Amino acid sequence: MLEIKCPYCGNRSQNEFAYGGDATVKRPELNTEVSDQDWDNFVYYRKNPRGNHLELWHHISGCRQWFKVLRNTATHDIIQTMEMKENP
Amino acid sequence: MSQEFRIASGGLIDRSKEISFIFNGKKYNGYKGDTLASALLANGVHLIGRSFKYHRPRGIIAAGVEDANGKVQLYKDNITEPNVNVTEVELVEGLRIESQNCWPSVNFDVGGINNFLNRFFPAGFYYKTFMWPKSFWYHVYEPFIRKAAGMGKASLDPDPDRYEHQYEHCDILVVGSGPSGIASALSAAKNGARVILAEDKARFGGSLLTDNVTIGNKNGDEWVEDSISELKSMPNVIIKKRSQVFGYYDHNMLVMFERCKDHLNNPEPYTPRQRLWYIRAKQVLISTGSIERPLIFANNDRPGIMLASSAREYLKVYGVLPGKKPIIFTNNDTAYETAIEFKAHGIDTVILDTRKSSDAGVVIEAKNIGIEIKFNHGIANTAGYKKVKSATIGELTESKDGYKNLTTIPCDSIFVSGNWTPTVHLASQSGNKLKYESETDTFLPDQSRQKETVIGSANGSFTLKESLADGFNKGYQLSDEITKNGREISVPISDEKDFGSHDKFWCMPVADNKHYKRFVDFQNDVAVSDIQLAVREGFRSIEHVKRYTTLGMATDQGKTSNLNGLQLVSDLEKKIVPEVGHTTFRPPYTSVTIGTIIGREVGKNYRATRKSPIHEWHEKNNAVFVDAGLWLRPRYYKRGNETLQEAAKREALNVRQNVGICDVTSLGKIDIKGKDSAEFLNRVYTNAFLKLPVGKARYGVMLREDGMVFDDGTTTRIAENHFHMTTTTAQAANVLSHLEYYLQVVWPELDVNVVSTTEQWAGAAIAGPKSRELLQRLFPEEDMSNEGFPFMGFKELKFKNTVARVFRISFSGELAFEMNVMSDYGEEMWNEIISQGEDFGIQPYGTEALSTLRIEMGHVAGSEIDGRTIAYDLSLEGMLSQKKDFIGKRSLNRKAFTENNREKIVGVVPIDKKTSIPEGSYLVENAKASFPNPKLGHVSASCWSVEYDNPFSLAIIKDGKNKKGEKLFAVSPLKNKIIPVEIVSQHYVDPEGKRVRS
Repeated sequence: MLEIKCPYCGNRSQNEFAYGGDATVKRPELNTEVSDQDWDNFVYYRKNPRGNHLELWHHISGCRQWFKVLRNTATHDIIQTMEMKENP
Repeated sequence: MSQEFRIASGGLIDRSKEISFIFNGKKYNGYKGDTLASALLANGVHLIGRSFKYHRPRGIIAAGVEDANGKVQLYKDNITEPNVNVTEVELVEGLRIESQNCWPSVNFDVGGINNFLNRFFPAGFYYKTFMWPKSFWYHVYEPFIRKAAGMGKASLDPDPDRYEHQYEHCDILVVGSGPSGIASALSAAKNGARVILAEDKARFGGSLLTDNVTIGNKNGDEWVEDSISELKSMPNVIIKKRSQVFGYYDHNMLVMFERCKDHLNNPEPYTPRQRLWYIRAKQVLISTGSIERPLIFANNDRPGIMLASSAREYLKVYGVLPGKKPIIFTNNDTAYETAIEFKAHGIDTVILDTRKSSDAGVVIEAKNIGIEIKFNHGIANTAGYKKVKSATIGELTESKDGYKNLTTIPCDSIFVSGNWTPTVHLASQSGNKLKYESETDTFLPDQSRQKETVIGSANGSFTLKESLADGFNKGYQLSDEITKNGREISVPISDEKDFGSHDKFWCMPVADNKHYKRFVDFQNDVAVSDIQLAVREGFRSIEHVKRYTTLGMATDQGKTSNLNGLQLVSDLEKKIVPEVGHTTFRPPYTSVTIGTIIGREVGKNYRATRKSPIHEWHEKNNAVFVDAGLWLRPRYYKRGNETLQEAAKREALNVRQNVGICDVTSLGKIDIKGKDSAEFLNRVYTNAFLKLPVGKARYGVMLREDGMVFDDGTTTRIAENHFHMTTTTAQAANVLSHLEYYLQVVWPELDVNVVSTTEQWAGAAIAGPKSRELLQRLFPEEDMSNEGFPFMGFKELKFKNTVARVFRISFSGELAFEMNVMSDYGEEMWNEIISQGEDFGIQPYGTEALSTLRIEMGHVAGSEIDGRTIAYDLSLEGMLSQKKDFIGKRSLNRKAFTENNREKIVGVVPIDKKTSIPEGSYLVENAKASFPNPKLGHVSASCWSVEYDNPFSLAIIKDGKNKKGEKLFAVSPLKNKIIPVEIVSQHYVDPEGKRVRS
């Protein structure tokens, strides 16, 4: 079970959190023309890197904040966690 | 009964407390402090069970978790547990054990014939033998294998014991209480660290309980006792015996089980049987010691053959002689200590040593006290069916591939030692890549992957001096990184016997080209010939050899066999061991009872139960409940001998004719505030919300980004910047996460706050043509007319001493209202509505009637919004705004979503107007078509229409738009039904929706 440092609550065990996927995916702006390719990339296509991955987690059984986690997918090492407005 | 193999005095057992137990119907005695294994051996019982494949007689080979054979079925207080290890069960009153894997008895076992048919059971025999004909598998092979594969029998009764879970954090977790474990715990604790010391066995001390050593000026066992009492007195130390750390997981999470109850004769009520500890440690010191390896020789599996160190443990800890005429067979010096110990108790042994000589101190001591030593000797074979009775021994040839002159000598036991295997499981589970140390023929931990540090013999430090120094130093260093106290204690002086190096020879040749089995893995009956065969057949990877031969599998996970197996494969392939590598060590280290892993989450505690504040009223009024997510909701209110269908019909009809009341507390409710709330809702919902007037509710549909319908519900504008959203019961939590995601991740610039208020409000739906009159009576001052309180209106009204939120919304399709009060007033509200409603014939209705009402009205719910349907499929395309963008809108342009003949919701009526259509039925054009019969769609929900008094269903079918009036078939192979049906409008009742607006 991972130990994740919520930027608001501190270190907590993984069972308090929900995983939220790739944090680098950006939703296309509303009311703009979006090509099929761009929309598909946003909705469906995700990279599956071996190594560092910036991802979203939701402190669902805690403060209910979404935040970013830089995690190594091969070793589970968590390099850094940060608020949404921050970057690694 | 006498315990004829118990010595007169000595050992750590309590001789004042005699305890009896029953093994295979016969009564035996032991003492408090015994294990079942030591008590059996005290009575001269060696034959415990039959082996897995060949049904060979097998006995105890070790004294701890590494024992591979001593599996029995245990009975106590009408409870039974299979596959328990006699070396791990402490003796208490009332135990009865039986041998497994034998029929009719362990002494005469029919399956023993397999032993003589063993050439039909080679490695991989399951894969080879039971392949064809295919049809034989279910009826012949599988039942046969199941019967023959005799592990114990699991009980069919619920586990009567309780199990608990505990979470703990510490600075340093020390696993194992041998010399290095105690040393490190002492030095870390004295330096101020929060320490947990865990010992698997019932006694602290590890090898110090059996080795003749001194530490400081004390004997080893005295040093253990003093150190443990000192640790127990320290407030920063948790010290646990009977506690096995069995798994090392990510981020230094270790899991341990503690045996709390089984060893007690009179446990206090509510004592948990076992406790599972989740320990998050800053540093982990692994001092798990090492396990002696067996030697491999012909017929080396007979009862009476055990590890030399285990024989010494039975003697020193339990005062039991596992044999009175033992042979000691070794390739190293440590077994000499067993000979010396036995000599001290008047038992003469013969030592066979594969080496040509040894000048270690312990060997010289053995010689000096007159122990017979035969160097350069090996055991060529053994005899004795149910217990070993003799060994054929001989001098090894120069190349060690045969014997010079064989002689047979009688014996009643053989104590073997093939060097030591460090217990590196936890380090390996942590991710430590092990390295091979060829000097000692062991795999040792390499670079730490997490915060694990391995010390003592688990790290290849086989002398006491090294182990103690290692323990004290690492305990200090690691604790000081945390506490920075700088309080270091000095390493005490120790004295121990002198041991030299081992012989790199462990697999004895078989004399005269005989095909005797030489077992490597006792638990799985894997012999040298099986491994040779696997390699001959082309298996190279050690992982493949393991699976093909079953080497190192099952409950003991190869604790005694892995290294011997690896060495054998490397010899056969002419490789060195590190090239062959080792198989993966996976948790758990030993078998863990499922009950321990589950803990308290059984039965009704399996998951949380949510009840509405009106729950007690429902119970008093004969409600039959149904699970709705975590919620318990009334399904129907049973009157007399009514069936579910009858009750649902009565309740639904009463809504259509009079007025009904339904508890809708479980509906998700989300309070939304902030100046951008309307803009936010406008993006979340497919329809417009910007201009929703204050005091009005609106039905809304939300999509996922892939265009599928996610959820629906009504949202009410309480004030300019304040909304009350409702969601379906099932999706409440997901909708909240969804809203939070968009607010925090995608559009953080929006000034909106959302919070769940599901549990803050109790809700009642009041539905039926007489609901307005009832409302008027509840609120006599208020204008409840169609003009004064129109459809989709909202009022905040004084109700008793609180405020009620009243919405004019309807799920039933009738004129209806929904009333919310704060939860604490829920029951009061309910009672008031019921008592005021009596004059109007009010009846409560449950979810079954609720479904009936919504189905015949054609309203969609979870069975249609199933994550695979778009708005069009549900006939909700009118809800899609053309004027604004919203979540998921861009996906709706996808080709498949715009095809003309897409699935669409329809109504389905059986042509006979009698046969109910099972939910999940397929709709097809031709019921008799050959397979695969093209499927047009499926029936999503069925009810008995109370309006028309015949069955009615909703279905989602291909080109549903153009299918009305067509005659199809509903087929349910599951229920074996083929029902001719007609497709009609989904809105079976009141298609214009007049009633809700009336």
